[in-house]
Amino acid sequence: MTDVTHHSQVWTYRTPRARLLLWGGWFALVALFVYCWQVMTAGTMWVFVWDAPKQAADIGGRMLPPRWGYLGELMGPLWDTINIATLGTLGGVIMAVPVAFLAARNTSPSLLVLRPIALFIIVASRSINALIWALLLVAIIGPGLLAGIIAIALRSIGFIGKLLYEAIEETDARQIEAITATGASGAQVLSYGIVPQVLPTFWGITVFRWDINIRESAILGLVGAGGLGLKLEASLNTLAWSQISVILLLILGTVVVSEWVSSKVRHAII
Amino acid sequence: MSAPYPTRWTRPPQIIKDRRWRIAVQVGIVIYLVLAMGTVEVNWTRVYEGLERGQRFVMGFLQPDFASRWRDISNGLVESLTMTLTSTVVGVAISVPIGIGAARNIAPVWIYRICRSIIAVSRALQEIIIAIFLVAMFGFGPFAGFLTLSFATIGFIAKLLADDIEEIEEAQAEAIRSTGASWWQVVNYAVQPQVMPRLIGLSLYRLDINFRESAVIGIVGAGGIGATLNTAISRYEYDSAGAILLIIIGIVMVAEYSSSYLRKFLQ
Repeated sequence: MTDVTHHSQVWTYRTPRARLLLWGGWFALVALFVYCWQVMTAGTMWVFVWDAPKQAADIGGRMLPPRWGYLGELMGPLWDTINIATLGTLGGVIMAVPVAFLAARNTSPSLLVLRPIALFIIVASRSINALIWALLLVAIIGPGLLAGIIAIALRSIGFIGKLLYEAIEETDARQIEAITATGASGAQVLSYGIVPQVLPTFWGITVFRWDINIRESAILGLVGAGGLGLKLEASLNTLAWSQISVILLLILGTVVVSEWVSSKVRHAII
Repeated sequence: MSAPYPTRWTRPPQIIKDRRWRIAVQVGIVIYLVLAMGTVEVNWTRVYEGLERGQRFVMGFLQPDFASRWRDISNGLVESLTMTLTSTVVGVAISVPIGIGAARNIAPVWIYRICRSIIAVSRALQEIIIAIFLVAMFGFGPFAGFLTLSFATIGFIAKLLADDIEEIEEAQAEAIRSTGASWWQVVNYAVQPQVMPRLIGLSLYRLDINFRESAVIGIVGAGGIGATLNTAISRYEYDSAGAILLIIIGIVMVAEYSSSYLRKFLQ
């Protein structure tokens, strides 16, 4: 039994070939990183970068005693922010549900035409952030809550649509078959076969998206779409850092509360 | 003698079983909607005037103008893409030790607490708010954007990596440990092979998210394609804005498909 002695006696994790490939991959990544870094920092003013700790200390000093008296003024914008998120989620849900049913393989009426269109709507809505939608809508329909609500709604279509159509595709085919076997029409199959199966998921997705929308609507005002962001923008423009710290703490508090609510509701449903 | 068997059947309620609760929730929703709608002030004449502008935007989207602003667009794109790659690499490199530290099964308690609080801070703050601060500190340009995205990446990758490490198969770690391996060798031979495919998948996903975010943080001055888009919209050049949006959608689609393909290939 001397056949195997030519093998290395020391155990290694990978074969030499795999190791070579791995090193090649890492080398390529590092080279790409260095190249990108060079391109990105070509226009960087390093004086400002080295100055940053001093700037940070300066801003921190200005922020630190937060102007709590400002909190009273923020209650109106806070209510607006919550409304933008809630009404936006509502609008998003209303538009996302038909899109999801068109995009799901098992409910789509036409796989060749309508399904790709629905999938494109989902991708387009997902790849453009709510802030960009708000930027566009403020330019089109003017500043105010309505632009924020529509921006949130348009952004929510992609998220809710994608998760919902995946849930519809994962429904149990036997239950749908059982309903169909009773002679049910298409609408009845939808109502008695598919909806009961996806309803808990649907509510979970909606509440989850509402939670995300609260975060997003808090900053939409930066481009003029109402809510807390409007106050943030005003304070930033006047360099009132002690007001900014109050606003940020309020946003943080709201986010924590909405996250708590959404996790409670999702636990109760699912 | 029981009641005659019903010939009609209605579907039982799905989520809230108690009838009183259902009515209370429905009334509450209606009251909220009335209150909320009441406070939303809409200037309908302004909206009506805007419709014409909206039509021009839709036309611009359908006939995008790539050529006349191509220099600005390509500069913005290069900034965004380089920012995306460097911030993902740096962010992942920083998140790996933090993620290992935030896994309860391989890190001591005090390190665990520190790492978890770093993650919590990074997740609680929005990218755009961090960007505002970093632009104020580091000046305008892609460097502030790079720092913002790196910071946001830490919260995302480190949290998911830590959760993943906490769920590894303990038997393999036990086997390596029983050979007398040190802590470092356990991490290298037992933990790393189990979490590596998922870490690569998460990094690719984060690359995708970072590109999308890089289009946003430009609005507050952190460089990238967002700055170009902001300029195009505020100059009412809807055809250029449409071109930029189409490029963003195209790149996100390509990134999504190629990253899902790569993830399938790696697993």
